[in-house]
Amino acid sequence: MKGLAGLAARSAWNRRLTLSLVVASIALATLLLLSFDRVRTDVRESFSQSVSGTDLVMGARTGSVQLMLYAVFHVGGATNNIRMASVQAIAGHRSVDWVVPLSLGDSHRGFPVLGTTQDYFTRFRYGDRQPLALSEGRPFTGDIDGLYESVIGAEVARALGYGLGRKITLSHGTGGGPGAEHADKPFTVVGILARTGTPVDRTVHISLPAMEAIHIDWAGGAPLPGVHVAPEDARKFDLAPKQVTAALIGLKSRAAAFAVQRYIADYPGEALMAVLPGVALDELWEVVGVGEKLLLGLSGIVALVSLAGLVAVVLAGLNERRRELAVLRALGAGPRHVLLLLAGEGALITLLGAGIGVLATALLIGLAGPAIQSHFGVALKLSAPAMSQWLLLAGVVATGLLASLVPGWRAYRLSLADGLSPRI
Amino acid sequence: MIEIDDLRFAWRGAAADCIAIDWLSVASGERVFLYGPSGGGKSTLLGLLAGVLVPHHGHVSLQGTDWSSLSGADRDAYRADHVGYIFQQFNLLPYLSAMDNVLLPCRFSAKRRARATAEAGSPREAARSLLERVGLEPALRTRAASMLSVGQQQRVAAARALIGHPEVVIADEPTSALDAPLRDAFMDLLLGQCAAAGSTLVFVSHDERLAARFDRVVPLAGINHSGGLKAPP
Repeated sequence: MKGLAGLAARSAWNRRLTLSLVVASIALATLLLLSFDRVRTDVRESFSQSVSGTDLVMGARTGSVQLMLYAVFHVGGATNNIRMASVQAIAGHRSVDWVVPLSLGDSHRGFPVLGTTQDYFTRFRYGDRQPLALSEGRPFTGDIDGLYESVIGAEVARALGYGLGRKITLSHGTGGGPGAEHADKPFTVVGILARTGTPVDRTVHISLPAMEAIHIDWAGGAPLPGVHVAPEDARKFDLAPKQVTAALIGLKSRAAAFAVQRYIADYPGEALMAVLPGVALDELWEVVGVGEKLLLGLSGIVALVSLAGLVAVVLAGLNERRRELAVLRALGAGPRHVLLLLAGEGALITLLGAGIGVLATALLIGLAGPAIQSHFGVALKLSAPAMSQWLLLAGVVATGLLASLVPGWRAYRLSLADGLSPRI
Repeated sequence: MIEIDDLRFAWRGAAADCIAIDWLSVASGERVFLYGPSGGGKSTLLGLLAGVLVPHHGHVSLQGTDWSSLSGADRDAYRADHVGYIFQQFNLLPYLSAMDNVLLPCRFSAKRRARATAEAGSPREAARSLLERVGLEPALRTRAASMLSVGQQQRVAAARALIGHPEVVIADEPTSALDAPLRDAFMDLLLGQCAAAGSTLVFVSHDERLAARFDRVVPLAGINHSGGLKAPP
């Protein structure tokens, strides 16, 4: 019906205040759904990119999830260490490009301490194969002169307010126990890493020889009674590490990953295992990803509530439109036109709301993205909606269309029952 | 022109018929005053005459076309083409200007659009001349209907019913919201315009004083012998 659209537009403009509230609530629902979903996918991606560019993670034989937990997230402890000799043997495999040994177990005020080599700073990759960068200072030298040097992650520096030159004391284990301090051998902060949004931010890095040095007068998790080695004297000992906790392995070709994995599993000298980080991270996400489903469910409810609002507003407005509809009927508009008028309006309102929601989401991510990355370490990407977001959007629009049919249908019934004199 | 034959109509859920008219005929160009008290089923009868309501027994025909013989969509189109309708009150779309309100029937009916064009050159021109004839000041033409006084609104409503020369003009208590001088002026205008256009006029009111101006007076109570003269729920 020619002219009906123009009429609908004028009529809608006449009720613009109510309708704009509906548009706003649909836009908000869309914003919530889309940004929840964006956060969800990007958190997952940040998670799965806590380590990249590493082809295998090796440790003592245990569960793959547990190995990832302590080797990459520095959570929990290893049941067994592995011998440095084994690590060196694996490093000699013809497909292996590099090996970075990791030694864990100590902490500093709740932050895990990682003993490693200088290679760590050049080999470790996170996210989209991004290398580590120092925001201040330099890496530890790793030699005898720079024995008590440490490099701290961005979150450690921020949370504890540390700057370069700060003296820090490490605790044995997760800390807290009396006398379990390596108080006699303080470390100096020589470098602070730039924020990565990965567990690296929460880690204190020292060299492997330093790890040996602070444990030189320890045995079985406690200081040896009556033995004390002064920090300077420790330098005279053989500080070559005998054991480490895990190792990151880079291959010359990723195609060799399974062959090397099998080689490590069959290593005769010791019970070892290696996992593909991507696979293990996915397994780990299955464990921690329950919350994400809850979040998605919640945002779905939010969307439903605001669409119910759309129906409520249009239905409430229907009574005041009954005269208008009666007038249109007297002028030759049929119930079909009435239905079309209301359903069309609902559809446009929904589309408009969804469109504004999409724009608002883009705006929010664009504006708040950098702040979120620096505070929470989650890199929110401003990109075209992913498949799941298209589905959510389609869901919002479809529900809106269905919801607008309800008032349309009711108006149709009313216009049939009212005749020309609306009974209100 | 208009013929009612053995008409029975009841609202859904009502026990008794609201309308029961055996026979009524209105000639072309005739101006009929349908008199009845409030709640006498007047609005229902008008709904039946305009083809918005369909009787479940008997026939209502307009220009020889039985409303019952048309499909729902065809009734709407036929109504748009042949019927001009004036409501009791609040009968304009408040968000349209006086001009656009008058032009509304031309949006729904190609026939009335064509007749308005044939008469004045364009529907817009026809609306302008009609508004002039019903005495609406030119300055008010573009004003939103909601900003007009009740008397002005009723003039616009008359112009809207008359544009494109519908064969039948149906008026449902159009003067009840007007005071005496305005009412007389409005009656002059409506009767004059219908006479000029040769339109049949069916005018419903409970106000007997208006009866003298019409060709024929039909008391609704005299022809409607339904038991209950109850308004629909």
